[in-house]
Amino acid sequence: MDDKVLLQVQNLRKYFPVKGVKGPGVQAVENVSLEIKKGETLGLVGESGCGKTTLGRTILRLHEPTSGRIVYGGKTIYDSGDFDLPVLDKEGKPVLGKDGKPLIRKSKKESANMMPYRRKMQIIFQDPSASLDPRMTVGEIIGEAIDIHKLTNSKAERTEMIRSLLSDVGLNTEHANRFPHEFSGGQQQRVGIARALAVNPEFIVCDEPVSALDVSIQSQIVNMLEDMQASMGLTYLFIAHDLSVVRHISNRIGVMYLGSMVELGESYELNKHPLHPYTKTLLSAVPVPDPEKSRERRRIVLEGDIPSPMNPPSGCRFHTRCPYAMPKCKEAVPELKEYDKNHFAACHLLDK
Amino acid sequence: MNNTNETKLLEIKDLHVSFFTPAGEVKAVGGISYDLGYGEVMGIVGESGSGKSVEAYSIMGLLQSPGEIIGGSISFEGEDILAYDKNQMIDFRGNKVSMIFQNPMTCLNPVYTVGNQLVEALRAHNKEISIKDANQKAMEMLELVGINNVEKRMKQYPHEFSGGMRQRVMIAMGLICSPKLLIADEPTTALDVTIQAQILELMKNLQKKTGMGIIFITHNLGVVAEICDKVSVMYAGKIVEQGGVDDLFYKPAHPYTLGLLRSMPRVDAEEYERLIPIEGTPVDMLNPPDGCPFAPRCEKCMQICLKKMPPYVDLGNGHCSACWLRVKDNIKNEEAQNNG
Repeated sequence: MDDKVLLQVQNLRKYFPVKGVKGPGVQAVENVSLEIKKGETLGLVGESGCGKTTLGRTILRLHEPTSGRIVYGGKTIYDSGDFDLPVLDKEGKPVLGKDGKPLIRKSKKESANMMPYRRKMQIIFQDPSASLDPRMTVGEIIGEAIDIHKLTNSKAERTEMIRSLLSDVGLNTEHANRFPHEFSGGQQQRVGIARALAVNPEFIVCDEPVSALDVSIQSQIVNMLEDMQASMGLTYLFIAHDLSVVRHISNRIGVMYLGSMVELGESYELNKHPLHPYTKTLLSAVPVPDPEKSRERRRIVLEGDIPSPMNPPSGCRFHTRCPYAMPKCKEAVPELKEYDKNHFAACHLLDK
Repeated sequence: MNNTNETKLLEIKDLHVSFFTPAGEVKAVGGISYDLGYGEVMGIVGESGSGKSVEAYSIMGLLQSPGEIIGGSISFEGEDILAYDKNQMIDFRGNKVSMIFQNPMTCLNPVYTVGNQLVEALRAHNKEISIKDANQKAMEMLELVGINNVEKRMKQYPHEFSGGMRQRVMIAMGLICSPKLLIADEPTTALDVTIQAQILELMKNLQKKTGMGIIFITHNLGVVAEICDKVSVMYAGKIVEQGGVDDLFYKPAHPYTLGLLRSMPRVDAEEYERLIPIEGTPVDMLNPPDGCPFAPRCEKCMQICLKKMPPYVDLGNGHCSACWLRVKDNIKNEEAQNNG
């Protein structure tokens, strides 16, 4: 992993309008900013409905963002305009103004043609059986991506590529002629991974890739994803609700609640010293496969359910369920601030 | 496996369940035995297709064609329930044993109010009770499972409840006739971890209050550690290891149990450790291997494992395991004793 930022997301919002309802509709992603470095794995956790999948898909522009800015590999792929950017000279250094401060320009509206980026940014879906076309053979499924991006010159080359992809993900080469229903869940997920790898991407959004799998198969897939990252230098955005899996595979973890990022930090640091009350609850809710520890452990049980993202609570979105909520939490939205080195959280309690 | 003669709440002996499909016989459950005492919580762990749900459906008499119980016995408080006729079975279900399922949305009827369904469940098993009393009881049950504002909630439909709340309704419905045994088939698998924690907490409290026995079917070993007194690990229709929860987690005697424990990333781990997966894929139940079903995936597989199913080896304290390695250990121990 080097320090080069591969993906930068600024103030990303995604609202889904709802018919017959005034206002912005479902506020699935609200003002999320993050950076992913090359070769890194950023984990995203949160309850269902917290917007983690929507965030992943909006970054790939499978959903069109409502507003915000997405920069991939130094190129803007989406910009809703009006962001402060430094003015750069030909060598890429910031130009200083007369007062010695860097000059600022406002960014323009932009939305790039995604086709070239699809080769670099890929996604693996949660439900392997639902994300593979039942009428296509595995060879056709993997070959489709190769054809769309015209990656091979001859038929023989194409067949060879499909074969090598299949063996990369631990399937037999003769599996290319089979249909998805002939595979078990774990094997189907391997096909989904082979399809994502077919275009030789740099960045993969892994959207709950192991949640639907059995425990013994889960670890096979997790190890495979780790090996591929090491050998191909991939960068992952790893989305899952299972904190233990996310913690295992990620360098850094972002915790989401109701569309907002509430905490972001290095994965082991975040587990040892969680700052945000929601992260603390989430950690204490994960069952530990150790009878003695689970008997001793005190658990913070949250009251109630996650509020509707159609009318999220004012101020801090967590205040309705937070055991430490103060009057201020109802009024002001807390900012995501750095409290420890590389450890960000958005909570008013921490300002005291 | 047990030495006492007192009546157990539930005793299953050598149960065999097969599905007769066009492709051939699938031995979903291939001879399992266990017992459950009053007020005990037993976990049944296994991967999908290991037969854990089929076994639970057999206890409830809910097996559907082409599934059939082809051998063994199930006795509840000393009575053989496989000999029950249809009416006896109706009386048995709900009153003595009830079941909650994985997906609460598909188990609640979307066109009836929650109150209506609770009252129906109660009145189906208790013909004498008046509608007014039944309503009262239904409201008490909803309160017991932690639902607020019960009068309003009684009149609502399932879609007006969140996933966690629906699972609470299912639990209320399961407990409304005060059964002695509750079978919970993956009750928290479809829920978020925070809601899962709420439901587990609730089930633990209800178990203490009512003193019922629970069979908790799950694939999550963390949940087992949290709620169960004893555990059975199933693989390909057989119980490969069984024992108290501490024995099983700290002294796993079967390579499959050990494999499961090692392959899970743990939230309490201090630093990064690479996972050790169980290689291979689950057994094809149409053509199960001879001998130990886990042998093809077992890293300590020996010649005999591929030929003969190992017997249960008692490891003391109700802990037993079906593995040739343990048989080997026993022989070694005996030899050592004879020599020394």
